[in-house]
Amino acid sequence: MAINKLTVSMSPHDYGKNSVKKIMYGVVLAMVPALLVSVYFFGLDAIRVNLIAIASCLFFEWFFQKFFLKGNTTIADGSAIVTGMLLAFNVPSNLPWWIIVIGSLVAIGIAKMSFGGLGNNPFNPALVGRVFLLISFPVQMTTWPKVSVLNFTMTDAETGATPLALLKEGLNNGKSMTEIIDSIPTSYVDMFMGQMGGSLGEISALALIIGGLYMLFRKIITWHIPVAILGTVAIFTGILWGIDPTKYATPLFHIFTGGMLLGAIFMATDMVTSPMTHKGMIIYGIGIGVITVLIRVWGAYPEGMSFAILIMNAVVPLINNWTKPKRFGEIIKN
Amino acid sequence: MLKTFPKGGVHPNENKFSTGKPIERIDLPKQVYIPVAQHIGAPAEPIVVKGDMVKTGQLIAKSSGFVSANIHSSVSGKVVKIDKVSDSTGYKQTCIIIDVEGDEWIETIDRSETINDKIDNLTGEQIRNKIAESGIVGSGGATFPTHVKLSIPLGKTCEYLIINAVECEPYLTSDHQLMLEKAEEILIGCKLAQKVVGAKKILIGIENNKPDAISNMKTMAQKYKDIEVHALKVKYPQGAEKQLIKALTNREVPSGKLPIEVNCVVQNIGTTFAIYEAIQKNKPLFERVVSVTGKSISRPTNIMARIGTPINMLIEAVGGLPQDTGKIINGGPMMGKALNTVEVPVTKGTSGIVIIPEKYSTRPKSYNCIRCARCISVCPMGLEPYLLKNMSIVKMYEEMHKERALDCMECGSCSYTCPASIPLLDYIRLGKANINKILRSQKS
Ligand code: SF4
Ligand code: SF4
Repeated sequence: MAINKLTVSMSPHDYGKNSVKKIMYGVVLAMVPALLVSVYFFGLDAIRVNLIAIASCLFFEWFFQKFFLKGNTTIADGSAIVTGMLLAFNVPSNLPWWIIVIGSLVAIGIAKMSFGGLGNNPFNPALVGRVFLLISFPVQMTTWPKVSVLNFTMTDAETGATPLALLKEGLNNGKSMTEIIDSIPTSYVDMFMGQMGGSLGEISALALIIGGLYMLFRKIITWHIPVAILGTVAIFTGILWGIDPTKYATPLFHIFTGGMLLGAIFMATDMVTSPMTHKGMIIYGIGIGVITVLIRVWGAYPEGMSFAILIMNAVVPLINNWTKPKRFGEIIKN
Repeated sequence: MLKTFPKGGVHPNENKFSTGKPIERIDLPKQVYIPVAQHIGAPAEPIVVKGDMVKTGQLIAKSSGFVSANIHSSVSGKVVKIDKVSDSTGYKQTCIIIDVEGDEWIETIDRSETINDKIDNLTGEQIRNKIAESGIVGSGGATFPTHVKLSIPLGKTCEYLIINAVECEPYLTSDHQLMLEKAEEILIGCKLAQKVVGAKKILIGIENNKPDAISNMKTMAQKYKDIEVHALKVKYPQGAEKQLIKALTNREVPSGKLPIEVNCVVQNIGTTFAIYEAIQKNKPLFERVVSVTGKSISRPTNIMARIGTPINMLIEAVGGLPQDTGKIINGGPMMGKALNTVEVPVTKGTSGIVIIPEKYSTRPKSYNCIRCARCISVCPMGLEPYLLKNMSIVKMYEEMHKERALDCMECGSCSYTCPASIPLLDYIRLGKANINKILRSQKS
């Protein structure tokens, strides 16, 4: 019996079919519906922003891996594509190309690779990129083009504000809620379908929910984080609205606007930067929900999602420490 | 709803190619290598010397302590050597090497086919002594001496005798086949073990992927009021003692304790068959059913093999070693040991020989941990494998101990499931070994 080489390794000798690549490309696939909606409403600009963001994220991933981490190239694992798309989803579609490249550099170079690459970053890279841009280029980052159906000319479109920005502005000017809502041209149905101003990937609740359901089905995410966030926001804003409907917007308005669903489904669920146990995920989700509402209602920015997620990213190690899984056989005798 | 354990677990491809293949006997080898350490505990001491003639079933090495087991010759012939030979662990072990001449059994063994179901003439104590004499050890692979496992510590009582017929390892079918062919004998063996431990009830747990075995066992068990046969949901590692107890009784064995803590004793189904043969047929343990199987094996089957048969004879019997062989596993693919040669002998704990093609025999390349928490959700012991791995890498063994690393039963679910293909269990094993070392040095 001639055998040349027998592999001798420790058990287990069988492996599951899951892989990092499958997970990452699963997320990419889940973002496609929202991408299509953004092309529908913002035209080819949406594709332009996505391509620039993905290409520059891939480039920086390769560059930092090769010259700083000196490891094998990791661009094929798909994580840089996810970061690129998420960054693109979080900016207006008319953003100049060089700002997108800077955002990618911050996301990949600073937020991800300086911590040692995929898996080691405490903060969601795309969000760090976005918040950096929001602070550095406030004008460009908050000039949203008006939506126009299937407009494929690359001319400068008209610009307008997001519903959430209109709300903040109106309240700051002392207008009442009914006046503000009347002045906002978007109905709930529009919001649900995506016909409103905003960052290019955040507009359509429907497309984001489809993507979320797909990820649930593929077991890429669990329901805990999105449900905890949305539930908290609904309850918190519901109470405020119940107290004074002339001063506070409805829960539905909060959930459909300002990247709430994009954040809850795609950003907060990033496995690298979220807690490890279901209990921890719920605490984390509640934290994000509460902070978002605090910022939106009482803070200076109209949106609060990005900041809330980054703040909660920072406490994930603590949450992990509080919420250990229940050990088998750890029954307290009574 | 089928019963199962609540937390963790995975479902690997079952690949039970040898399902339903009748148990075959193969030609006797020309020579057998019988290791004196086929069990957990002290190795047995040889009582034969070079040149002795032995018969099949004759005692050739004596148990050398409480946790130890007798070894019997599996063939008749001449002892040619007592020497160190490498066994399935890869280490050299003392083996009694016998040249086979004919097949003459010791006279006391009842070789008739009739089933003997009289169990009233022996007391529990007598049965246990006979089990010890017959050299029976757990057949599932852990090979703990059965008479020790059946000894109830003072002050404890056994309520349930749990029979592990789960066979949750992929590929293996030896227990399954045994239940189809020897159900009556198995049940008598269960009753004998029950007599030893004084259990009120016998619970037999079988995974639901063996419907024929479940119905066969249920029919046969009808005549006993205190035997219950339970179908369990298919989930690995249901055959782990603590998980099986949880599934059947909803009791949780405390960390670091034995099943008797929750008034249970667990026996493997193969062991109960050995008990039947030892008590009712006077036949010591010198042969067992081994599944010889694999993706490219031409004729996967279940073989009744004499202890000490080199496994290459078993592989020849199923059509020879395939060209594309990359790995040979003693046991199942989740917890078995990879062998570096086919010259090793079948032992009392060999439940299967699984041949893995080269394509599947090496680990996929590993990536960085993406903190997906899948390892946590599949760990049936509620541990955090990624964290234990990190601690093991930086040698934080005391912290690892605090995180209950010693609770890890090495089921491999974490490594199996990790999308980054990190060999989590390898790191955890290393950590456990170091923790044990520290604990030993603290004691002394
Ligand atoms: S399964 Fe692997 S990648 Fe996921 S958390 Fe555990 S070690 Fe990390
Ligand atoms: S840590 Fe141990 S018990 Fe938990 S899944 Fe991994 S091998 Fe199994």
